[in-house]
Amino acid sequence: MTIPVEALRRAKSAEGPVTDRRSLEDPRAELLELERQGELIVQKIDREAVTVSTKYGREKRIQKSHLWHHKSCGQCGHIPGYSTSIFWLMRKLGYDYHDPHDQTSCTAWNYYASATSNPAAQAAVAVRNFAAAYETGYFPLIHCGTSYGHYKDVREELIRYPELRAQVRAVMAKLGKPLVLPEEIVHYSEWIHALRGEIAAHRVRDVSGIVVSVHPACHYHKIVPGDAIYDPDFYGGQRTAVVTGLAEALGSTVADYSTWFDCCGFGFRHILVQRDFSRSFATLRKIEVMKEEANPDVVLTHDTGCVTTLDKSQFAAKAHGRNVGLPVLSDAQFAALALGAHPYRVCQLHWHSADYRPLLEKMGIDWEQAWAEFQGDLRRLESGEKRYLDWDDAEGVHDKNRPPGSPTGDEHDS
Amino acid sequence: MSVTAASPAQNDAHYKAWDVAGYPDVPTDTKVQLFDQIKGDIRFADYLHGCYECGICVAACPSAKFYDFSPRRIAQAAAREDVDLIYQQMQEDIWECSQCFSCLRCPRGNNPGGIVTIMREVAVRNGMASAKEALVGYSRIIYKIMSTGTQVSPDMLGRDSFPDWGPETADVADNLDLWRRALPPETMHTTSTGWSVAESTLVELYLIWMETGALDMIAEVDRGLHTILLELMEERLEEEGIEL
Repeated sequence: MTIPVEALRRAKSAEGPVTDRRSLEDPRAELLELERQGELIVQKIDREAVTVSTKYGREKRIQKSHLWHHKSCGQCGHIPGYSTSIFWLMRKLGYDYHDPHDQTSCTAWNYYASATSNPAAQAAVAVRNFAAAYETGYFPLIHCGTSYGHYKDVREELIRYPELRAQVRAVMAKLGKPLVLPEEIVHYSEWIHALRGEIAAHRVRDVSGIVVSVHPACHYHKIVPGDAIYDPDFYGGQRTAVVTGLAEALGSTVADYSTWFDCCGFGFRHILVQRDFSRSFATLRKIEVMKEEANPDVVLTHDTGCVTTLDKSQFAAKAHGRNVGLPVLSDAQFAALALGAHPYRVCQLHWHSADYRPLLEKMGIDWEQAWAEFQGDLRRLESGEKRYLDWDDAEGVHDKNRPPGSPTGDEHDS
Repeated sequence: MSVTAASPAQNDAHYKAWDVAGYPDVPTDTKVQLFDQIKGDIRFADYLHGCYECGICVAACPSAKFYDFSPRRIAQAAAREDVDLIYQQMQEDIWECSQCFSCLRCPRGNNPGGIVTIMREVAVRNGMASAKEALVGYSRIIYKIMSTGTQVSPDMLGRDSFPDWGPETADVADNLDLWRRALPPETMHTTSTGWSVAESTLVELYLIWMETGALDMIAEVDRGLHTILLELMEERLEEEGIEL
């Protein structure tokens, strides 16, 4: 499969930017206008930012530091190494952040699964979280692709429908909070993409021999598609640049496959109560096609449901003799491993199902030793020496063989 | 509105089973009222602009590859205001949609997945049989998200809950408390929620569910769950001295 990159570049430079017909051309400008009219408050980017380009050419700024981490319930609950890797990367790069307790899920997984909610409730949940971030002064960074996509939809609805704004404003008033939205809605994978050069500069493990296949998450690039990051240097600007940009910056090879646009099979309700669909789609349309056409060492993706579905669905397919068996990681986990993170203390790979050990070996990681170190940590917990592990433990500051003067975890939690 | 079956006389037709997708048919007036609710949603006009019949949405749709489901048929039925077909879709098709929004590739600017979202909401609000059946086994998820503010929790990974996910999931279940305490972020040492959510935040969330009518929607599909959630939320709000 070949993408006519040069032809697309020529066409783009001749015709200028394409117009997005189905979503607002510049939601940021619309928000600022509504703020000027006194309709809402816009939380501004107030720290150093990186400017990136979106699908139809609008520039989007990604704040580098002082970020309010809007966690993902699916990541924190079932693949916690996804969340810890995002935090770890931010600490590694020396950027401060806030990990809040006054955050709820976006509740969109349930909304897309059961529809037991409505636009006003969904918008109020979103704005309550944004207001919580606004109160701290930290700028929101969204971990989950579905939260990111849903919040972009909510933003469009709040801009388009005055009656919805009035309803949400009334609810927020009862909570004692303003109707506030951030200047940009930013997904963590956009932060990683924007800072991929800084991330790559910290690489300590050689991943040049690693072949990667990328699954772009539906709710990242299909919901309000005009706001996702695209770059002519990646796929001629015909697919989102995130994840691929990171993998290439780290030095690994991205191998393409024909069903890249297909969803992972998550289905929201299907993954919980109708998994025959999820299992079949994830393995027959994604994993098997990747193996046949690209034969990667690892599948990288950037959303909660995608990691879950692509990883967990392989066990049953393997029992049926299907051509599966690919480790599935988030871009954050892959980057953390490349930067020297511990596979269990930080990346928490023991929560994954597909066998990741061949990948670790190819990355030069002694997983048996790492597992023994983690077991030692667990013994400290079981003996009562500590109740919980912390970031110092994740950095191995208590390891007997640790070289003196080795870097430890920074103090970034507020 | 409560959706009720058509009259016995209609059901007695001797040559034809009078049902739709396995559920009793309803009078046309009821179907019109259901469609009026769909059309009345503020998003509807932005989700439907016509149809080129190109089939791009079907080609992109994962559910169309697995089920007898078509996002094109969803858009066309809505555009034609074919209330019989729309009713059939509400009793069957809409629960097959993956809500991935691949169908937003539509060159006409339609959002068939969004139309499905609206149709599902209307099905839930009216307590339609398909909604009740689709959500069987889902009550604990709704309870979790509405009562704790996080949807999936570590303790859902029970030893026997996901046998098709392999033995690693049982390992998680067996070591859950210990492995959670080994996570570096202090917000994530929880087992019954994805992270530790502040009590004051839950109070705010309960107010949102009650003020926006989201809690009332549960009553139409699961009255027992609604009662449990209502009592939980009212008690918590009363403790805070909040009057509704």
